[in-house]
Amino acid sequence: MKITEKEVRYVAGLANLHLTDAEVKRFEADLDEILTHIDKLNEIDTTDVEPMSQVLYATEETATLRADVPVPPLSNQDALANAARSGAGYFRVPKVIER
Amino acid sequence: MQVSSLTIDAVRRGLGREFSATELATEALRFAEAENAKTNAYLRFSPERALAAAKAVDEKLARGVDPGPLAGVPVAIKDVILTKGLTTTCGSRLLEHYVPPYDATAVVRLEQAGGILIGKTNCDEFAMGSSNENSAFGPVRNPLALDRVPGGSSGGSAAAVTQGTAVVALGSDTGGSIRQPASFCGVVGVTPTYGRVSRYGLTAFASSLDHIGPFARNVKDAAVLLETIAGRDPCDATSADAPVPDYTVSIDGRVNGLKLGLPREYLKDLTSETGDLIARGVAVLEKLGCEVHEISLPATDYAIASYYIIATAEASSNLARYDGVRYSTRSEHSETLADMYRYTRGEGFGAECKRRIMLGTYVLSHGYYDAYYLKAQKVRALIARGFTEAFRSVDAIVAPVSPFPAFRLGEKVEDPLAMYLSDIYTITGSLAGIPCMSVPCGRTAEGLPVGMQILTKHFDESTMFRLAGAFEKAGGAD
Repeated sequence: MKITEKEVRYVAGLANLHLTDAEVKRFEADLDEILTHIDKLNEIDTTDVEPMSQVLYATEETATLRADVPVPPLSNQDALANAARSGAGYFRVPKVIER
Repeated sequence: MQVSSLTIDAVRRGLGREFSATELATEALRFAEAENAKTNAYLRFSPERALAAAKAVDEKLARGVDPGPLAGVPVAIKDVILTKGLTTTCGSRLLEHYVPPYDATAVVRLEQAGGILIGKTNCDEFAMGSSNENSAFGPVRNPLALDRVPGGSSGGSAAAVTQGTAVVALGSDTGGSIRQPASFCGVVGVTPTYGRVSRYGLTAFASSLDHIGPFARNVKDAAVLLETIAGRDPCDATSADAPVPDYTVSIDGRVNGLKLGLPREYLKDLTSETGDLIARGVAVLEKLGCEVHEISLPATDYAIASYYIIATAEASSNLARYDGVRYSTRSEHSETLADMYRYTRGEGFGAECKRRIMLGTYVLSHGYYDAYYLKAQKVRALIARGFTEAFRSVDAIVAPVSPFPAFRLGEKVEDPLAMYLSDIYTITGSLAGIPCMSVPCGRTAEGLPVGMQILTKHFDESTMFRLAGAFEKAGGAD
């Protein structure tokens, strides 16, 4: 087994994902199968290979920087338009700090 | 006019003579809405926006002003690409009521060129899938075989172009999500070089792999659309400041003497019909004067493992933003902040998104980073290096897009690993960030299309289009 039920529940906690018991069982099996396939990577020698963290192309180092010109940002109203709950110009969330 | 057989050239010729942009948009909307019951390709239509844009084109024509290269052309947009004021769901329950406050740069550019946005197309949830069965709003059916999938994740865009409800469409591709549905639906689909097209306004799935690209019924239309949306965008720091050539010129170029690589690792697991059709396609290219060489891309076997680590790791952090605060949906079970996060995400995401968030979180979690993520990035470097070395001796690589043609709805949905493995031939190009496309390469005895993939060096879309154009002109593999 590559992954246990306990680990599945732990990872779901890290990901802030509520899973039903049926989902935990299902993902335990699915992840196990996928991680077993992923073990294939141990067959290939990567000594002295630099990790490729992004696709780079030949260009000057500053090529992706834009001129530092301020532009009008989204308005408060637009930024809040999709909020699940909002009020007084802010996003509203369940109370975090106890009085 | 017959919307379903229009090309960009035909719209250009007919506009202001046979029909107005308003008449074309009205007919395109009517036809698309009528056809949608068959395939579920569209999640929503945008008649107000389409008719306003069409009116603007008609007014420009009346004043003698050039209305742009896409003037009057009905375009469908995958629902992971943001459209201001027009609900954009990403195929997810979580974003069922999300109305973007801005347009994606690609959308801005195609509308500035006169394109008419007629609707948003269905897709796998957050672009995660190879069959379009992961949409929260029901699967898309393949217009050429309604019991089969259109491919994914841009299945709705591919189906729309195949049905002829849009002349061209935009999709997104992270591991094959444009090329594979293009091949399953028998249309042209292009994944440009990483950085060629701005991703500003593309909902992030895996940022080091995400692309926007065109679907079209012929190579030239795909080239025109790509040319319109390509180029540096200050809003996307990963967009490249590289000149965008006139791709339509290259389409008519000669291919005589081009050196093509046929990677042996891409030919071993094909169904026999797919293998035969690709062989016929390669023979057509040889007849056109191309030199075909067998090459080897030895790291290919490790691509799926590398991709499903990198893509899910990036997805797990990109999808962290759906927390019940900013994006419209919040669970009823939100007594505490922690519950709000957990239940909003648990109830909102579909099974495939959860699976990928879980895998991505696992491979990034304490103690596993080096064994998985770092190792995958090193293998990714080897895959990219394999292409770089191959392109020292060949001008382009030709390969299948998928090991098999469109499969039946439900056939693979219970077996995620089998679904992942079907992406093998498209994932390699995505990992390397090189341009690649699917061009129709004949049909099986059952009438299912097969796509041939063409891959070239970074920023060499011109050679890719030249080869695809010549292949199409020669009649493909038919």
